[in-house]
Amino acid sequence: MTAAPIIELNGISKSYAGIRALDSVDFAAKRGSVHAILGENGAGKSTLIKIISGVVAPDAGEMRLNGQPVRFQNPSAATAQGVVCMFQELSLIPDLSVADNISIAAPPLRMGLIDRHAQLQRAEDLLARVRCEDVDPRMLVRDLSLSRRQMVEIAKALGRNPQVLILDEATSALTAQDVQTVYDLLGKLTAESVTTLFISHRMHEVEALCDRLSVFRNGRHIETFAKGERSDAEIVRLMIGRDVTAKYPPKPAAQARPSVLTAEGLEWEGALKGVSLTLGKGEILGVGGLDGQGQKELLLAFFGVLKGVKGRVEMGGRGLPSSPITAKTGQPRIALIPEDRKTEGLMLPMSIADNLVTAAFDRITRSGVIDPVRLEAAVQDGIARLQIKVGSPQDAVRTLSGGNQQKVVIAKWLMTEPDIILMNDPTRGIDVGTKQEIFRMMRDLADGGKSILFYSSDYAELIGCADRVIVLYDGKVVRELTGEAITEEALVGASLNIGTAA
Amino acid sequence: MKAEDKPLIIAAGFTLVILLIGTGYTLSTQGTAPLLQPTYLLQQLQIGSFLGICAAGLMLVILTGHIDLSIPATLTGAAMIGTAIGGPWAIPAALAFGLVVGLINGAGTAVLRVPSMIFTLGMDTVLRGVTVAQTGGFAPQDQATPLMLALAKDRFLGIPLALYVWAAVSIVIAFLLARTAFGRSLYAIGTRERAAYLSGIRTRPVIIGAFVASSLCAALAGVLLAGYSAKAYQGMGNAYLLPAIAAVVLGGTNVLGGSGRYIGTLIGVILIVLLNSVLSIMQMPEALRQIIYGVVIVVMLLIYGRGARETG
Amino acid sequence: MGRWVAQNRGFAGALVLFATLLLIYNLLHPRGFSSAVLVQNANESVAIAFVAMAQTVPVLMRGLDLSVGAVMTLSACVASYLLTGSGLEISFGILAVLATGTAFGLMNGLIVVYGRLQPIIATLATGAIAIGLALLLRPQPGGDVDGDLSWALTNTVWDFADTYSIADGGEAWWIRPFADIPVPLILLVGVAILVWLPFKRTVTGRTIYAIGSAEGAAYVSGLPINRAKLAAFTLAGFFSACAGLYLALQTSTGNADTVQAGAYTLNSIAAVVLGGTALAGGIGGAIASVVGALILRLISFYFRILDIEPLLQPLIEGLVLLLAVSAGAWRTFSVKNRLELFR
Repeated sequence: MTAAPIIELNGISKSYAGIRALDSVDFAAKRGSVHAILGENGAGKSTLIKIISGVVAPDAGEMRLNGQPVRFQNPSAATAQGVVCMFQELSLIPDLSVADNISIAAPPLRMGLIDRHAQLQRAEDLLARVRCEDVDPRMLVRDLSLSRRQMVEIAKALGRNPQVLILDEATSALTAQDVQTVYDLLGKLTAESVTTLFISHRMHEVEALCDRLSVFRNGRHIETFAKGERSDAEIVRLMIGRDVTAKYPPKPAAQARPSVLTAEGLEWEGALKGVSLTLGKGEILGVGGLDGQGQKELLLAFFGVLKGVKGRVEMGGRGLPSSPITAKTGQPRIALIPEDRKTEGLMLPMSIADNLVTAAFDRITRSGVIDPVRLEAAVQDGIARLQIKVGSPQDAVRTLSGGNQQKVVIAKWLMTEPDIILMNDPTRGIDVGTKQEIFRMMRDLADGGKSILFYSSDYAELIGCADRVIVLYDGKVVRELTGEAITEEALVGASLNIGTAA
Repeated sequence: MKAEDKPLIIAAGFTLVILLIGTGYTLSTQGTAPLLQPTYLLQQLQIGSFLGICAAGLMLVILTGHIDLSIPATLTGAAMIGTAIGGPWAIPAALAFGLVVGLINGAGTAVLRVPSMIFTLGMDTVLRGVTVAQTGGFAPQDQATPLMLALAKDRFLGIPLALYVWAAVSIVIAFLLARTAFGRSLYAIGTRERAAYLSGIRTRPVIIGAFVASSLCAALAGVLLAGYSAKAYQGMGNAYLLPAIAAVVLGGTNVLGGSGRYIGTLIGVILIVLLNSVLSIMQMPEALRQIIYGVVIVVMLLIYGRGARETG
Repeated sequence: MGRWVAQNRGFAGALVLFATLLLIYNLLHPRGFSSAVLVQNANESVAIAFVAMAQTVPVLMRGLDLSVGAVMTLSACVASYLLTGSGLEISFGILAVLATGTAFGLMNGLIVVYGRLQPIIATLATGAIAIGLALLLRPQPGGDVDGDLSWALTNTVWDFADTYSIADGGEAWWIRPFADIPVPLILLVGVAILVWLPFKRTVTGRTIYAIGSAEGAAYVSGLPINRAKLAAFTLAGFFSACAGLYLALQTSTGNADTVQAGAYTLNSIAAVVLGGTALAGGIGGAIASVVGALILRLISFYFRILDIEPLLQPLIEGLVLLLAVSAGAWRTFSVKNRLELFR
């Protein structure tokens, strides 16, 4: 209990362009502990990690490692001292082999040159430690699936002999079996008195793995406590700083709805293997299941992005749109809130105003020429509709917080007056407050007669939001749940395709 | 002041510095200041209009994150076709040639998705080959038509007609960029094509449109240049590609696409034209001109700011 | 083997194309498969092959060096002053020429890394500076290159040995098997093996690939980004200097030919692409670009033996380039998820 802290931060502050990301933070982690760091997005977690791992330098404050003051100029300096970070955005190089990646910055050398044979051997050893013997270290990383890449990333971190291992959403794409491997591995590392800092949005993982928890909010360290000292509700309250009541808007009673979209036997490239579904007018249809079971492809297919989709689709008298252009202009009109708002939803360096109107040029133009009055009205309308907090609409959209950025994406699509809205994990990486606003808005839209196909990786959101849920497994719908039947047990069971309730 | 305006102000300031240096030089050596005389300036701008028109079209392509290296051969080819056909159809034929080149460039880039750098380079080589093979080293008919001569050389209200053409092109391009869905789409595609596509922007037609604009402008410049020189000749477009790129970039347009304003390109062109005229007044040998040219570009971009050139 | 082909599709395709073209060429040539033909072809290919190697390094990290042709020209002009005199003076001269190009490349790197300019535009400008310097050195083509050296390095191994009276004037038993090999090819292969291959196996070399593949990941992985960028441009300068050195030997003059410099730069990009190196970075290598350059040259050799109107040469060269790059584009149409078109 009284072990000296291995890592200690005193009065660390960091600002980006005048916005304070960390505000004189004191933080300490003990040797040989698994320490969870919790907080909403924008709470300062990622900045904290970046400072500890040397990606950014703090503006003020002091960091101590093993009691010695340290100041990392770059990630390699941190690695050299045993502080190894596994980043949320993977740090693997797609065009290099697995073996190259595992020993990327400090490969075994012979006469000054990289010793490929030794490097291969090293990769095999490390992959064996994470039970990934099935990965050939000579393969290129770009040919691996996302879950294998994440395991390679973990092997790479292990190979750097960490004293402090930072896992930032390290398990988000892993299979259940891999997660178990990671659990076991962390257990072993802890026994070797390695300290792990663990960032995850999955409470059950935090509970299973960690012995201490620290909550961050608005760039401040709020509290650190041992596991079990606080209830989940208390932790959430610490994170958002207020009570959570009525997190989800009430659902309307079950009712018969005319269908706006019917799909039968959708097949595409082995990702979709005969998906059938109907979406009713004014309905929020949840799409559940583990990551990578065809949910994303399903949404892309309805938006006209995929070629060669087989199966029968009926929406308002037409079939699948052939492109996003026909999707957004045809009848019914379709909108897609894409997976990655930074690269697919927004043009980050461009202004908020420019981003808001990119999907609805016809609304602000007369025969191709922009009408400034309409432009201004549309922008104001979009900002007001979602209560986006902006300084000026001319500011670059990248200056907004993640939640407000996502609001811009949604506002942009509402401007096209869509009938069907496809949402691909719209609350990923967004703070709790904004999440609630988005759920509220989704329900309002549905009540207003719009239909929403809502994929979420978070079961709680499906339970709280959806009128009906279909669960995908291996490109097929394995379960359809309605109303009260949408429970965590049912969703988890269906996701793993284990028949709980028949 | 917005960050976007910084390059404009620096470039404009630098243009003035060039004027001052040039004037100081002429005053001290000849006791005259030709650079400040309207007739001289107009004459320089008349020569600069060919570059200005090329740069205007090229800017649209650069905004989308692509580049058009086929400008020299397009310019030459259009001039040759115009003069070879002659008569009233000379200019329409030259522009039609530009249109076709732009369509092919755009299709190769936007549909086949060959990197524009390499596709337009191949296009330039092919066009060069066509013009050489067609003329066989000598041209049967290479004289500019009277209309071409007039457009390049005549004056209206004391101002060369070529400047009116340049102004017209400028107004069209500036309008396209600032006030049309097409213009907004160019910026969106240049910033992030994936997001633009998922926003339902017609990315392929827009990119093709940018290349067509660039080739049309090059063809128009070819028509004017043929008029100015009274004939078309091999390699007449060679001197226009690199200065056009430099003008666009010195005007503050991001060479990777997504940001930049037309007024900047205009200033960039004027800067380069004046730099050239000052250097010729000083009778600077070609060697030093090249060095000064290179140093000016590097130094100005360094002044524009570290990190200002990065994109998301 | 199967894996190598799958991971290096572009290079493998280039190798097959090159072998086919070379075979047919020698079958068609009246004196095909002879040392004389090989020497002549090698001489005409070495400079562009070096420039293609130069271009490859920045391209691998998603940059572009538009100054390679100009640096080559500058180096050739320097060489036209220094490759003469005693053996010691000549040796010093060779080193000085290589140092000139390398230093110029380093300057490019410094501007790109510390000035944070886009490589394409920075090297466009420094290319003008290099041409200007070359013009200062050689306003008119001219110069003096040691005749023996020029002869020895642009002919076969036997001629080399004969010129310098080593290995019994080329008659020694151990040199016989190599006697008919052109020296320029040995120089090219030698530089590739002694400079490029070892470099590729250093952390710095690997970092160049990593930057082209995923720069952000390279940074958080703790790779030396700035050092790699500097090295890439410096190496480009070195290879360009090799090209210039060879050009001076081959022509025995220095010629500040702006048009030629531009043509070499553009052809270097074409060679890099033909060799299978991705302009988007991360995939490919300098050896592949050498093959690409050789393909480009081979195509032009066909004009001579097929008696094609020389005026058609640029047209057909351009068409081949367009066809080659468009041939790779069939994959665009087989993409089932259109999002993959936009990286």
